Amino acid sequence: MAHAETDAQGRILAADGTPLKQSLQRALRAQKMRALLLIAPLLLFVVITFVMPIGDMLLRSVQNKAGTHYVPDLIPNVAEQIEDWDPASGELPPEEVFRAMVVDLQVAFDEKNHTQLGRRFNYESPGMDSLFRTSGRRVSGLDLETDGPFREALIDINDDWGDLEYWATIKANSGYYTNSFFLAAVDMERDSTGIAQKDPDQRIYRKLLVRTLWLSAVITFCTLLLGYPVAWLLADLPARKANLLLILVLLPFWTSLLVRTSSWKILLQQEGVINDFWVWLGFVERLSLINNQLGVVIAMTHILLPFMILPLYSVMKTIPPSYLRAAKSLGATNWTAFWRVYFPQTTAGIGAGGLLVFILAVGYFITPELVGGADGTFISNRIYFQFSAIGNWGLAAALGTIMLVVVLVLYYVYDRLVGIDNVKLG
Amino acid sequence: MTLTRTLMATSALTLAAGMVTAQDMVNDMTLVSWGGAYQASQHNAYVEPYLAMNDGVSAVWDESSAEAVTKLRAMSEAGNITWDVVDVVAADAMRLCDEGLAMEIDFDTMLAPAPDGTPATEDFGDLLVNECFIPQIVYSTTFGYRTDLIDQPTSVCDIFDLEGFPGQRALEKRPIGNMEWALICDGVAIEDVYDELETEEGVARAFAKLDTIKDSVVWWSAGAETPQLLADGEVVIGSTYNGRLFSAIEEQGQPIGMLWDWQMFDIDGWIIPADLPEDRLNRALDFIYFATDTQRLADQAKYISYGPARASSAPLVGDHAELGIEMAPHMPTDPANAVNTFLFNYNWWASYRDDLDAQFQAWLLQ
Amino acid sequence: MAFTETRSDTLRPSIPFTLSFVGLVGGLIALALGLMRGQEPTQLLQFTGLTVVLLCALAFAQLHLFSNAKGAMIVTGVVVGIGGLAGAGIMGAIVFGGLAAAFSWFVFWLHTRAYRDPMPNYLTSEQVLWYYGFRVICGLVFFYLIFPILVIIPLSFNAQDFFTFTPEMLRLDPAGYSMKHYVDFLGTSAGRPWVDAFRNSLIIAPFATLLAVSLGTLAAIGLTQPHVPFRKQITALLISPMIVPLIISAAGMFFFYSRIAVQGSYLGVILAHAALGVPFVVITVTATLSSFDTSLTRAAANMGADPVKTFFKVQMPLILPGVLSGGLFAFITSFDEVIVVLLVGSAGQKTLPWQMFIGLREQISPTILAVATILVVISIALLTTVEMLRRRSERLRGMSPT
Repeated sequence: MAHAETDAQGRILAADGTPLKQSLQRALRAQKMRALLLIAPLLLFVVITFVMPIGDMLLRSVQNKAGTHYVPDLIPNVAEQIEDWDPASGELPPEEVFRAMVVDLQVAFDEKNHTQLGRRFNYESPGMDSLFRTSGRRVSGLDLETDGPFREALIDINDDWGDLEYWATIKANSGYYTNSFFLAAVDMERDSTGIAQKDPDQRIYRKLLVRTLWLSAVITFCTLLLGYPVAWLLADLPARKANLLLILVLLPFWTSLLVRTSSWKILLQQEGVINDFWVWLGFVERLSLINNQLGVVIAMTHILLPFMILPLYSVMKTIPPSYLRAAKSLGATNWTAFWRVYFPQTTAGIGAGGLLVFILAVGYFITPELVGGADGTFISNRIYFQFSAIGNWGLAAALGTIMLVVVLVLYYVYDRLVGIDNVKLG
Repeated sequence: MTLTRTLMATSALTLAAGMVTAQDMVNDMTLVSWGGAYQASQHNAYVEPYLAMNDGVSAVWDESSAEAVTKLRAMSEAGNITWDVVDVVAADAMRLCDEGLAMEIDFDTMLAPAPDGTPATEDFGDLLVNECFIPQIVYSTTFGYRTDLIDQPTSVCDIFDLEGFPGQRALEKRPIGNMEWALICDGVAIEDVYDELETEEGVARAFAKLDTIKDSVVWWSAGAETPQLLADGEVVIGSTYNGRLFSAIEEQGQPIGMLWDWQMFDIDGWIIPADLPEDRLNRALDFIYFATDTQRLADQAKYISYGPARASSAPLVGDHAELGIEMAPHMPTDPANAVNTFLFNYNWWASYRDDLDAQFQAWLLQ
Repeated sequence: MAFTETRSDTLRPSIPFTLSFVGLVGGLIALALGLMRGQEPTQLLQFTGLTVVLLCALAFAQLHLFSNAKGAMIVTGVVVGIGGLAGAGIMGAIVFGGLAAAFSWFVFWLHTRAYRDPMPNYLTSEQVLWYYGFRVICGLVFFYLIFPILVIIPLSFNAQDFFTFTPEMLRLDPAGYSMKHYVDFLGTSAGRPWVDAFRNSLIIAPFATLLAVSLGTLAAIGLTQPHVPFRKQITALLISPMIVPLIISAAGMFFFYSRIAVQGSYLGVILAHAALGVPFVVITVTATLSSFDTSLTRAAANMGADPVKTFFKVQMPLILPGVLSGGLFAFITSFDEVIVVLLVGSAGQKTLPWQMFIGLREQISPTILAVATILVVISIALLTTVEMLRRRSERLRGMSPT
């Protein structure tokens, strides 16, 4: 820097005559720009193909839609008129509300939206689906000028129009946004007195969520139990042998999930290979290994085991074997040497593997679907069912949101503990 | 190979792939059905003959009938309907028709008359449950059992008799059917079943009855599971569609017997999604005209034991295509089989399904 | 303690030691079997006692009759094998002969103290026991890992429509085996669903891979630059498709892709699968790049190469293995994926996993075994490729001996 030029203020100048600091900043900015430009295409791609779809789905959990339309757009007059009515009064809404319902239903019937409305309200109060479906045609036949009063006319079409509980449901669900899907997702409901727990015999989602978390924990523990010794052995063996054995871990990792699941389905059946062997050994009673939680744990532990072994192995490889020998030569027993010297150094690997396995297990769908039977299904299976068979997309989205939050919290912990950049594959 | 070039090539190829699909639409017909033996019977009875008659047309099967309503809703929301004809049960057809997702059919002009000239509306008769639904077959959900049991079950209520018939049973993992059978076997008269189910006590009663066998039940969700479970000896008795049982018994020679007691009738048929583009709509209508004529529906009964929906097809029902056995006695509608039957009330279930399903799942979890 | 002596002492063969050990192991196995069969206590005692006496006598006789393990293994193996052949056919001969030979080997292994060969001679007997116990446990875990994958291969040649080994197969009777499930895979009278599905998989997976790899590699290069704002957040976002439960991604994509009119088309499935494959490419390429020696690019620049030339001549060849293995991961992700294609695709894009899923859920046809075997072979091929790439990469970089 002996020949560096300076300007009038004594600042060092770069070759092009600008102050060095400024020039360096410009270079840094350019570097940042270049990096971002390289990342931008993928970032854009992931945002469009992945982040936006998920955001879109999350929105559905609070949108109060019947089919493609918002509920208040389908019953604009009712939504406006019913505001002033108080269900706690114990009286049916006034005539204007009934009249508004006739007006709105006539439009909805013409556009074939009345059944969607019924279906939406049916999620809250069973019976409203048939009320709307059966009333549609007859309501559209009413003449707004001559057929009043409409309270009697509607109740004449179907007694259920005289049910206060149904009108309360309509009032509670006539806004653009709703929390009722989230309430349903945690086994709550809104009744005339406010928000309350559902009847014990209708609570399923909290139980399913707990079961999913519990089974995932059991599976994580099993993979740790089986994976720890194997990872240790791999780290302990000379590189050539370890690489050979590593293939036995990697092959399942590379084999199709469906292949492994079908294989377990075949092995675990009552008339399958394992039970045949069992009977050949001389046992009378066949084991029920499939269509229950045991089957799910056996199959998923197998499927997720490589995700435990690989992080453990990469941590254990870095622990010098001399530590254990040193501990022993200083008088530690085998157990103490392991528990006080070796084990603490592997906790990072246990954390990494455990969290990874747990995160993956919580979201599993295929394996519980195929080997889980009635009591081994996960929350994912219920989401799929709500989504595709029942078609209650709001509830499916609310359940998905809850599950996503659980996973993202775990992801955050994982990042804190392990660092995302440290995820290793193969 | 520079990266930019790779990128451009990729996008070009991806676009090309997209365009190829768009073009395929015109010559590809997507048929939605249930998979398994039923779909095979449709394929053999009229899809294959239709393709043979129409050069250049190809058919793709989608086994999504169980999710047809939801998927059609999403397609219609997006304005991008990829299906041409969809096989659904009557209850789903009503739903789709009410929501404007299925096209209304002018039965007498869009469907073939019977060979003697009887218009289609008369030929199908009562089975035309709404304006969109073109019935194909009448099927039933009923029970099959292992013939190597010491006592053979004779009544549907034998599924609740764990002492007389020890072993696992297969029941469908949904309330429909199971609740009705539970009440019937608990002594409720057939005409009161749905009234009873509408009350909390009635639901509790049905669950209490099901509780007595809960630990011995394997729950199925696809129709082919029960025949498989029966064939493997995993269960001794189980419910499924009668056609699936037929193919396990007669075609595969499995040691399975058929129990017709309180079989649950239902109708299955086609709908055409609403708002198809004109060329695809014409193709779909052309196909439907052919596939639901008297002879074709009778032909289908050669492959599977479901009753054809046309009155004029019944006399034409002949022998099984490969086995050569007479098919009529295997039809759910055969007088000998239809002693105790009930038509499940899809209107009622449309309203109470979500609610009872939640209770049913909660009950399963207990 | 008798066993904490020097090696020369413990090396001395001792018949009581060998017999007591053989008796102990045999007794434990017999006890476990008896217990599992639910035998009565007296029966159990008789059974266990008899087994112990029998095994000890056998071991004693072997040690007297033969001078080394090889002879004992061959002779007992063949004699018992012939007995097995007479009793239970070829499979019996293999199983019983093998067991007998293994028994002989075990007896001599114990007796000659060969088990101490692989370890330092100062270990205590507990440590020796632990050494082998540990390996047995690991062996069992490896068996658990690999058995379910390998067992379908022979099952796929079953001549019957069963999912278990038939008596003919166990007898190694050629009539018990056939290629019929493979023939069904190629097509039956009801169409060629498997071949069509396979074709679709082979259309979708490469495009998805190409897309994920080209975008992912660029981004990985960007991410490993020295100054990247929000690097951590961006990485977290790019890796999230791997972490978010597939059912959530699939449901979201279903609605969103419907709206942008790519649902039910190849394009939609390819975009979705590319998004799912991105994390794998980013992870592997970033890992390769971060161990890349940057002085190489400086050296290249020093010798007059411009940045583009440096990239293609120096950087690219070195990170290529990482790019390729990332690509293979992306490929297998797409090739293996069910839920997303189930929702984003329509019948025209039915992939192999989709067809398998239907097959498993609806009608469990043994054709699935043939498909599974084909997929296992493909995964073995992919694994071999990845391993070769990894080694090549290590060799090329010549810096990180593992």
